[in-house]
Amino acid sequence: MHVFADPTNFDAYLSGFLWILKLTGASAVFALVIGVLLAAMRVSPVPVLRGFGAAWVNIFRNTPLTLVVFFCYFGLFSTLGLSLAEDLNLNNYWLGVIGLSVYTAAFVCEAVRSGVNTVPTGQAEAARALGLTFAQTLRIVVLPQATRSVVAPFGSILIALCKNATIVGTIGLMESSNVMKDLLNANGDAVIPIFLVFAGTFAALLIPTGYFFGWLANRLAVKR
Amino acid sequence: MSTSSVLYDHPGPRARIRNNVLSVVFGVGVVALLWWVYSKFDAAGQWEAVLWKPFTEPATWTQFILPGLWATLKAAAVGMVLSLVFGIVFAVGRLSDHWWIKVPAGAVVEFFRAVPLLLMIFFVFYGVPFLIQGPVSAFWAVVVGLTLYNGSVLAEAFRAGIRSVPGGQSEAAYAIGMRKSQVMQLILIPQAARAMLPIIVSQLVVLLKDTALGYIVAYPELLQRGVNDLAANKGNIVAAAMVAAAIYIVINSLLTALAGWLDRRSRTRGLRVPRQTRPAAAADSTPEGGATVSEPQG
Amino acid sequence: MWSNAVPRWAPFKKEKSMRIKRVAAVAAVAALSFAMTACGGDSGTGSGGSGASGIVGKAEGQKKLVIGVKADQPGLGLQTGSQYEGFDVEIAKIIAKGLGVEEGNIEWKTTVSANREPFIQQGTVDLVVATYTINDERKQKINFAGPYFIAGQDLLVKADSTITGPEQLEGKKVCSVSGSTPAKRMQTEYPKAQLQQFDAYSKCLPLLENGQVDAVTTDDIILAGYAAQDQYAGKFKVVGKTFSEEPYGIGLKKEDKTGCEKINEILKAAASDGSYKAAWDKTLGKSGKAAPELDTTKLTNCGSV
Repeated sequence: MHVFADPTNFDAYLSGFLWILKLTGASAVFALVIGVLLAAMRVSPVPVLRGFGAAWVNIFRNTPLTLVVFFCYFGLFSTLGLSLAEDLNLNNYWLGVIGLSVYTAAFVCEAVRSGVNTVPTGQAEAARALGLTFAQTLRIVVLPQATRSVVAPFGSILIALCKNATIVGTIGLMESSNVMKDLLNANGDAVIPIFLVFAGTFAALLIPTGYFFGWLANRLAVKR
Repeated sequence: MSTSSVLYDHPGPRARIRNNVLSVVFGVGVVALLWWVYSKFDAAGQWEAVLWKPFTEPATWTQFILPGLWATLKAAAVGMVLSLVFGIVFAVGRLSDHWWIKVPAGAVVEFFRAVPLLLMIFFVFYGVPFLIQGPVSAFWAVVVGLTLYNGSVLAEAFRAGIRSVPGGQSEAAYAIGMRKSQVMQLILIPQAARAMLPIIVSQLVVLLKDTALGYIVAYPELLQRGVNDLAANKGNIVAAAMVAAAIYIVINSLLTALAGWLDRRSRTRGLRVPRQTRPAAAADSTPEGGATVSEPQG
Repeated sequence: MWSNAVPRWAPFKKEKSMRIKRVAAVAAVAALSFAMTACGGDSGTGSGGSGASGIVGKAEGQKKLVIGVKADQPGLGLQTGSQYEGFDVEIAKIIAKGLGVEEGNIEWKTTVSANREPFIQQGTVDLVVATYTINDERKQKINFAGPYFIAGQDLLVKADSTITGPEQLEGKKVCSVSGSTPAKRMQTEYPKAQLQQFDAYSKCLPLLENGQVDAVTTDDIILAGYAAQDQYAGKFKVVGKTFSEEPYGIGLKKEDKTGCEKINEILKAAASDGSYKAAWDKTLGKSGKAAPELDTTKLTNCGSV
């Protein structure tokens, strides 16, 4: 453990995981909002909206995240000149958040859509019979009931999002995978301990998260 | 899709006008945005012929993109086969009655599901050589990383699949005197495997996308050859990335379509337990629930 | 950077019992194999038919060599399809020829900055000719022949930029490759510059072109290679004020002293018979820069003290 006894290394380790948590937190919020909107589009009566949602899902679900993040950097920032912060690290962070959000939103959308499908058709039919509009049906009747069945997939998506945050390292943010690579390079005699610390931190964060969502899903599951 | 139409009434004249207006407004908005992006790219000189001309030359394809694509497919294919083996072995391991098999198998699966692939590949490539006192090629670093991660995801999917086979099946098998291993091999795995086929294929999409991470250890896959190396030669990194993205999208869309076809096919033939496609039902059968939903790893 | 082959015993004294066992086991294996290869350096590692060991023995016995070069550095080591071209590649060919290996029997392997030492230590490659700066840290792990070229860290800026040296980078944005010596020097000596790091220099250039970074920094010779590419012609300039000295060497196994001396002889011969100049003219010389003199008095002593 002499590698982590060095305060510089320990700080790098901490700040690496801090970036991961910040990336995960911000992206989770944006992805949830965009994903639910996309899902609403995909089940809406307007064909153009349905097409837009479908195109979004097909494009982002089928492109490697590395390339999505890459486009955020070289497309949005470098070519379109979208600068989100004066500080270089902060700018890379926000570009990473955009990439993670639009990518993860595609998966959130699909989870919500299949969640909507689990709500018995009678519910929507009853809502329509009461004269509710599409937006009302979705917002008041269907989505609240769908929430229960999307908890489990949301858990998986959140866990994957946290792991995917390491990919933002490819545009130069010093997140945990980059820190680990540097430490491995500098300490060839402590390869295993370094890996175990980094992998172990992820496991310690994510395995309990997985069990928590599993427990929540079981608790909320509708016994039909 | 059929259920979604239950959410709204068949549009009357007013609703139709409203929908059309919405369509036009939104459509114009999207087109305007795309046009803005196009013109900004144009202003930045991204459409200049010199950047795109390499893609009309055969050498670009035969020397950069196609070899890269081949390396991508090769890593994905080997990774898939190994992941399947890993997945079956550990799924059965986790369902074992012996705690000394069940607990380690569970720990391995949980651990590798939680570790980012990027960390795994870094470790195998930079760390493992010091343990085995020999080089690890970039290919194996990528394949081992993919296998451990995707194999663990598949192990969870298989486990859920095996448990979703109706209890009567194994009870009947035990009743006619089969042993535990026979029940697993002859009754449970064949039924589970067919039900799990769509998930296996959609995991293949995830795996294929993940090979892109191979470029961080200089494995010459599509991203490395078709974007990084090509751009080092021609200086057209954005154009090259667009072409690579298009290739990924086409291949993965085909695989997704295959998964969808298999899904419909197995459902119409009644090979699946009806409610199993639904996340809510999946949540009943496995504590993590979401394991049956393929995970959006990059 | 990779110091495993020479086990550090000191840290283990501080370790706690469980950890000691695992780490010590790994270190023991490393130490054992290091001892074995170290002995092998004298008695012949068994590869090749002749009595000579190391690369000389391999070249004689198998008539083959595996050489690590860069794949993404125009003018030095650039992979164009299935082939590699550049000054490093030409130097590697001269050395192979001097060792009696034909050009067709060289197996080229792409190396990146971070995996050069491990590749040599683990025997993935026989030689590395990849903009490989000779320094003391690396000498702990491998042996260097050469230098065959003296580069220096410099800045690449837009043609109309007013930056004339690294002192003016305060608050400016600089792009380099993560884990590289130039990137580390920026962090330690010019910490007030903001450093954008990528895995390849080719990603820095579009940023410089669009003005998102103010400079790209690495060795002058690498920068010159990029600046000379067709699509960037006239857009950039190399500042021309180097602020470090980077002698490029040829990396090989630490215990292969014979091989190292042989390579230095080959380099000496190449300097006098004109093949060194020909290699330059064929690659970097295209930019109009005259071939440098190869100062054969500066060649390394191959690890002998």
